[in-house]
Amino acid sequence: MMTGALLLLTLFILPLWRITLEAPQYPKPLEIRIHISKMAGDIQNINIMNHYVGMEKLPEKMKEFELFPPIVVAMSVIGLLFGFIGKKKLYLVWFAAMVILGTAGMYDFYRWEYNYGHNLNPKAAIQFPGTTYQPPLIGSKVILNFRANSYPASGGYLLFAGMFLSVAAFYSAGKEEKRM
Amino acid sequence: MKSYSKTALAVLFVLLLSLVFFGCQQKPGGGAIGQSTAEKAFVAPGEYDSHYAFISGGFSGQLAIHGLPSGRLFKVIPVFSVDAEKAWGFNEETKPMLQTSHGFIPWDDSHHPDLSQTNGVIDGRWCFINANNTPRVARISLQTFETEEILEIPNSAGNHSSSFVTENTEYVVAGTRFSVPVPQRDMPIAEYKGNFKGTLSFIKIDPEHGHMNVEFQILMPGFNYDLTHPGRGKSHGWMFFTTYNTEEANTLLEVNASQNDKDYIAAINWKKAEEYIKAGKFKTLPSKYAHNVYDEGTHSAATTMEKEVRVLDPAELPGLVYFLPTPKSPHGCDVDPSGEYIVGSGKLAAALTVHSFTKILKAIEEEKFDEHKYGIPVLNFEAINAGTVEQPGLGPLHTEFDGKGNAYTTFFISSEVVKWKLGTWEVLDRKPTYYSVGHLMIPGGNSRQPFGKYLLAMNKITKDRYLPTGPEVCQSAQLYDISGDKMELILDFPTIGEPHYAAGCPAELIMPNSKKYYKIEENNHPYVTRSEADSRVVREGKNVHVYMTMIRSHFSPDNIEGIKVGDRVYFHVTNLEQDYDVPHGIAVLGATTSELLIMPGQTETFVWEPKEVGVWPFYCTDFCSALHQEMQGYVRVSPENSNVKLTWTLDGE
Repeated sequence: MMTGALLLLTLFILPLWRITLEAPQYPKPLEIRIHISKMAGDIQNINIMNHYVGMEKLPEKMKEFELFPPIVVAMSVIGLLFGFIGKKKLYLVWFAAMVILGTAGMYDFYRWEYNYGHNLNPKAAIQFPGTTYQPPLIGSKVILNFRANSYPASGGYLLFAGMFLSVAAFYSAGKEEKRM
Repeated sequence: MKSYSKTALAVLFVLLLSLVFFGCQQKPGGGAIGQSTAEKAFVAPGEYDSHYAFISGGFSGQLAIHGLPSGRLFKVIPVFSVDAEKAWGFNEETKPMLQTSHGFIPWDDSHHPDLSQTNGVIDGRWCFINANNTPRVARISLQTFETEEILEIPNSAGNHSSSFVTENTEYVVAGTRFSVPVPQRDMPIAEYKGNFKGTLSFIKIDPEHGHMNVEFQILMPGFNYDLTHPGRGKSHGWMFFTTYNTEEANTLLEVNASQNDKDYIAAINWKKAEEYIKAGKFKTLPSKYAHNVYDEGTHSAATTMEKEVRVLDPAELPGLVYFLPTPKSPHGCDVDPSGEYIVGSGKLAAALTVHSFTKILKAIEEEKFDEHKYGIPVLNFEAINAGTVEQPGLGPLHTEFDGKGNAYTTFFISSEVVKWKLGTWEVLDRKPTYYSVGHLMIPGGNSRQPFGKYLLAMNKITKDRYLPTGPEVCQSAQLYDISGDKMELILDFPTIGEPHYAAGCPAELIMPNSKKYYKIEENNHPYVTRSEADSRVVREGKNVHVYMTMIRSHFSPDNIEGIKVGDRVYFHVTNLEQDYDVPHGIAVLGATTSELLIMPGQTETFVWEPKEVGVWPFYCTDFCSALHQEMQGYVRVSPENSNVKLTWTLDGE
């Protein structure tokens, strides 16, 4: 349980999510790495690419970037605390809280993607009526000459691993309690 | 069984017949090559060549980068000649690179590229090349593929025996082809003999940054110093220069410099020279020579005029120089990978002469001197001779090695490359060239470790080998596969200028270090504009500085007003892109200069002195993006006395 809670802290270094854009003239695909407090990767090049179709620049500041770090710290501390107390029900509570927060996060991510892909400058140089540029929530999708892929990144996988560990802890603790 | 062999015989007969037929259809120049041979030079679309070749641009003054085995031309690096395409010598940043003690020179003749080495092996850091006419040596970065430094050589004329590198890149050398009065002065040409001097310059290379300086010069008799190669392995610490015109003729050299039965190879002990320098046994000659350095941080070059040079006199310094008698005006001077054999190609001789380094040391120890020439000992020919390759061809010029005990020599007059064996001196193979081959290059040829797969022959004459292009026909090189016992011609390809020497190495030594773009935050150009928000126009009297940025697909600013006739307008243009292969260019109508071609993260400057009132457009000259054609702007030029306010805008802001 404690390991699971600690894994959350890797999010301060590792990216949560990754969107890559593949096209023949980019032998190395363009990449956005979404961290809990920033976006990293080929930001300038993606902005240059997207301004032709009237998309906004990728945000440097978002309220999520201020909100996420304290939530991650809080959940990690709570997780550690629960692990310390060692009551298996608390593990499940932590897991459930994580699922709720995660779902909320994904919904928020979807809303941002929707806005990013639909909110187009009417003066854009290149306009394809009816075309929008929303990247997939998860999976791959062809957008004009690009193939956009959206998947969890290393931090995201460790987050899932942490959540899995909390459930595992719940079950193994259950067995130990029975034995006692 | 019997009928089977009959069929085989019939097939063989048909094959032979077809060979005769196709043989008849070959053009007189010969060299039609089979499909399977062609495959050896074929690099499929999207695939990479296995080797880089750095081929001298000859009288173009530049350096060409080709791939081997395909022969494809990748880039022409401007070195000693202006290049309007890349603004080399036109923009304010690179004008200092072509400064000399004689002023700005827009052209030279580049001959012998050589690659830097560590422990006798090519290290892929720098390429050096010499300017023959106004003596200079250039250093080219193999990360940026740009010329980073050009050093003028004082007291020299016709810098031909250059720019060969010692095995730890301690020195790059420069020798004088034409002896001249040293220092230069007004004197009768007829008094050449005994009065003119030749200098051999040792240019020290700073191991970290590659910066060059003339460490010392050796003041030699007034012969012509033709070519050179460094000792390596056991002969490391020595440098060997061929000489001709030991007759010291000053007119009709084709006759008067061809009289002596033997000229010399000058063997220089540069480790000894270092000792003499340390001991203070040098004279300091006042001189004037330009040292031009390009700084990657400021994207700008600066010239320093050097004022003196240290000179060693071999007549007074024993053990510094020995002469090795070598028949008939030797041209090429080549040292085998072990450092034991020094091959002198007497270009008027019927045989190739090979000296033994071990024997040279022994002869020096036993003082087997035939005579002294201007105080320099001449070693006995028989005492140092390792062997002779008899009747190999006509007009031997240059030799390279495959690292497997074989040597390959070019023959200008008989137009061929001849393979022979070191030690036994027997001829193993010969193949024609088309025509009149000069240098040859085996990648890693001037090192302890040649990569003996390919041999590149560079020809002086092409005549009927390509589609004609008027009186001036194309220059050409030919590639041979030397991995088997016999050499095999696999490719002809055109080159720029006249290809003299070349250097080559496997691609993996260079490719991983090739720079992709310059980081904008590391750009310390004094007139950099790091963001669009900083773009502006500043007037300082008659000088107007435009701080302009470029990014797909616009300039900032793109409308400028308030420029007046008589102004001197500096366009300092920064490419804000931070991605591979996104250069932008700029040119303004009527500007009496070249375009700028600016790499991502770089700043370049051109000067425009508008003479005519009007509204003049400028545009991006490199097709950068889908809206490249829209990447344009206007400058309004008003009369000298007008009151138009200085303004600069992008999209009305």
